Amino acid sequence: MPSSIPVVSQARIEALVVDYHRVVLRRRRQSFVVLAILAALVLLAAQFGEVDLRNLVDNISNFTSYFGRIMPKLSVAHFSADVADWYWNITGWLKLLLDTILIAYLAALIGATGAFMVAPLAAANLAPSVALRFGIKRIFEFCRTVPDLVFALMFVASFGLGPFAGILAIAIHTFGTLGKLFTEALENIDMKPVEGVRSTGSRFVETVRFGALPQVMSTFASYTLLRFEINVRSGSVVGMVGAGGIGQDLFVAIRKFYYTDVSAILLMIIVCVAVIDLVTERIRNHLSGQEIRR
Amino acid sequence: MSLPRVIRPEDAAAVLERHHTLFDEEPRSRARAFMGSFAFLAFTVFAVWWLDISFSQILLGLSSLAKFVALMFPPSTGGHLDLLMKAMGETLAIAFLGTLIATVFAFPISFLAASNTTPHGAVRFFVRRCLDTIRSVDALIWALVFVGVVGLGPFAGILAIAVSDTGALGKLFSEAIETADERGRESVLAGGGTGLLSVRFGLLPQVLPIIAGQVLYYIESNVRSATIIGIVGAGGIGLQLSEQIRTYDFDQVAFAVIMILVTVAIIDWISGKLRFAIIGRRAMA
Repeated sequence: MPSSIPVVSQARIEALVVDYHRVVLRRRRQSFVVLAILAALVLLAAQFGEVDLRNLVDNISNFTSYFGRIMPKLSVAHFSADVADWYWNITGWLKLLLDTILIAYLAALIGATGAFMVAPLAAANLAPSVALRFGIKRIFEFCRTVPDLVFALMFVASFGLGPFAGILAIAIHTFGTLGKLFTEALENIDMKPVEGVRSTGSRFVETVRFGALPQVMSTFASYTLLRFEINVRSGSVVGMVGAGGIGQDLFVAIRKFYYTDVSAILLMIIVCVAVIDLVTERIRNHLSGQEIRR
Repeated sequence: MSLPRVIRPEDAAAVLERHHTLFDEEPRSRARAFMGSFAFLAFTVFAVWWLDISFSQILLGLSSLAKFVALMFPPSTGGHLDLLMKAMGETLAIAFLGTLIATVFAFPISFLAASNTTPHGAVRFFVRRCLDTIRSVDALIWALVFVGVVGLGPFAGILAIAVSDTGALGKLFSEAIETADERGRESVLAGGGTGLLSVRFGLLPQVLPIIAGQVLYYIESNVRSATIIGIVGAGGIGLQLSEQIRTYDFDQVAFAVIMILVTVAIIDWISGKLRFAIIGRRAMA
């Protein structure tokens, strides 16, 4: 019985094999070139970055023993006394932690409000003026590229030590990132409602309010929550330059080698960040569920 | 097809009457919205009160901030252009090498943390918690620790970025592995391949372009983080920047900031092109 599978001639097979080898060879050559470029970049970067592997190998024991040293001395016999000793400044640190969370909250609020008001002017499908749109986009870029700690340093110099400098610095950074994200969300909306509202002769504000915002509000809220989460992390470091929050105490503890304090504060930050992550993740899932229902 | 009709005012009133439930907001949802915004406002007021923010401080600060901004112009190198260029080079090196080392470590770890490739659920849980812990400590804190280990300089910055991004990239990679299509692996297994072969030929081709895109994005974002790591002495332009702010050389601050902006814009452009090339190749395959 003849097979229904067509027989491929020997010549054709040979041609295919040759082709296959050629393709494989070309891909190998490509990968080789990419790897060579990568290796050259690594060597160049290692030169600039003063990479010194011997130094690392010699001192890596410092790193591992560091974790040994920051571990609290806890014993089963007098466990509660040891914990009390470890967290000797628990009320002070809790207050600073609350400071950090409030800094993150106010920064997220200010940044999100600002971005919310400006983003429609920067979205390509809604913007009334091209020049204004271009200008706002550059401002967003500036706000998110200059690191928040640089802003914090500037604001500490002008507003004095304290949380206000931290709030303002993180708020500006939040404004830049959320501005970009909000603009992108607005650019991806369904334009039919917008056209509908426009056809009734609405002005810019009404078009945005009734045509665009109902589509993106839950996305905006979700992004803002995500940003709040990130702000808690940044809020824990702006203290290093004197801009409020728990970073100040952590900085002092690391610099002055108060080993067990380091682990106590780090543990508090890690737990706090984990709890906030969990809570906001739940709210965000809830929000995206709402979006699907619509 | 009927012609569009003009709705007369009395018709509109009749429609409103007939379907008033659609137009009236439910009193309960209105009350809930009101309570929500009240709680929001109350929390904000509490935050302002707790952090002890005063208007006189803000006004005073604004006037000195205006003075500083006026001092920024014209930007000047202060005669240290070579120093600044070297510091910028260090910053780029920190971002590049830090991300690369993080990738090398995160790649194998992510297979342990992905539910479809992990040897055991307990391993996955443990690895995930480790990654979360590493991630919740900011790169700046890692930098402080590494300055203590290898001394001042960019090497400490590289190690700090490498460690903190191992956490972030490990999580992202494992998510990419989890969302990959299982059919590729199944067909390799059906063809008699071992588990390892199925990962190499069924899974990797799918996830590599995603991972490459994420690594490029992280190099980009690490150029931004590496600019501040110098504040704690871990190399890069942050050291110069913080010194200049502390000594009130605001014209030099402005110059350094412009350098950062230009460099980040160039890196964005390059990595955007590369990412497009990688994703384009995937779309063709």
